[in-house]
Amino acid sequence: MCGAPVQDLSLEGIDVATETVIQGTVTRDGEPEGGAYVRLLDSSGEFTAEVVTSATGAFRFFARPGSWTLRALASGNKTADAKVEAEQGSVTEAQISL
Amino acid sequence: MPRSNVLVDADWVEQHLDDPSIVLVEVDEDTAAYEKNHIRGAVRIDWKQDLQDQVRRDFVNKEQFEKLLSEKGISNDETIVLYGGNNNWFAAYAYWYFKLYGHENVKLLDGGRKKWELDSRELVEDVPTRKATSYKAKKPNNDIRAFRDEVVESINKKNLVDVRSPDEFSGKLLAPAHLPQEQSQRAGHVPSAKNIPWSKAANDDGTFRDDKELTELYQGEGVDFGKDTIAYCRIGERSAHTWFVLHEILDQPNVKNYDGSWTEYGSLVGVPIEKDV
Repeated sequence: MCGAPVQDLSLEGIDVATETVIQGTVTRDGEPEGGAYVRLLDSSGEFTAEVVTSATGAFRFFARPGSWTLRALASGNKTADAKVEAEQGSVTEAQISL
Repeated sequence: MPRSNVLVDADWVEQHLDDPSIVLVEVDEDTAAYEKNHIRGAVRIDWKQDLQDQVRRDFVNKEQFEKLLSEKGISNDETIVLYGGNNNWFAAYAYWYFKLYGHENVKLLDGGRKKWELDSRELVEDVPTRKATSYKAKKPNNDIRAFRDEVVESINKKNLVDVRSPDEFSGKLLAPAHLPQEQSQRAGHVPSAKNIPWSKAANDDGTFRDDKELTELYQGEGVDFGKDTIAYCRIGERSAHTWFVLHEILDQPNVKNYDGSWTEYGSLVGVPIEKDV
């Protein structure tokens, strides 16, 4: 995928300055993967949260500053990981390709 | 109690889709999930609109529960099979609720909606019509529900199991990380509580781990099966999942879910709190 990542999740009404946002998209063969499960694992690998991607493959977490692993799980036993460093007050973008 | 009494797998549900003695009920945090699609024949219960009083913070009462189930067309003698998103958190919460109001035959679909989706099983848009019934609930069984005073009295006495994520337990986060963090209550946990996240009881696909793994998990983290246990989380739905594991799968007799959980406890004036950060 070229250019800016798809962002269809509105941040309206959320004070981004106080939040540590991690968001991005899941793709399969370059196409957005809706209905995939994305887990947020802390630096010890422990589960912290899980969301389902939107029709455009988008997901978002409100975490805290530090290192995180994102793990996508989709039909056909497809999984993929991505590592991110998140900071408070900024939106960390992550792309996960299955 | 063998787990087949309380848990069914996706194959079993597929084989019983046309069984008139079974009612499938989807319970979600994201209510749009059911509208998009659901397992054929399933009715929806909205955990917030249908199961919570809309003014006070409490459950619907016995009469409201009877009205809800009557309108949904569910009878006392039917077997209810619950499933939902979020690894069955809200389905487990509804299960606990059905048990609290004395429904005889309730089961959870192991893995819930997630396992069903990951298996690419059939989901439909058609909403079933069911004839209204005259459902009769029993009076609430508070042997499985803990209230705040009991939680405070249980510090250093009973097993307190905090099933939130490690960052919520330590006080670094106030809510699960798929929700905004701005909250009014204090961060931390009930002193003497063991942090055993609900997720340790489940596989990645949302199904429960086997009995031996589950027993080792709780005993390994210091839960004394000779004592009574209270499970809590933030609003009582993840701890319903752990209540299900301890009370229904592992057959531990005295396990309560504290549905007030951290949103109540963390707002109480004067109670002890432990915080690691």
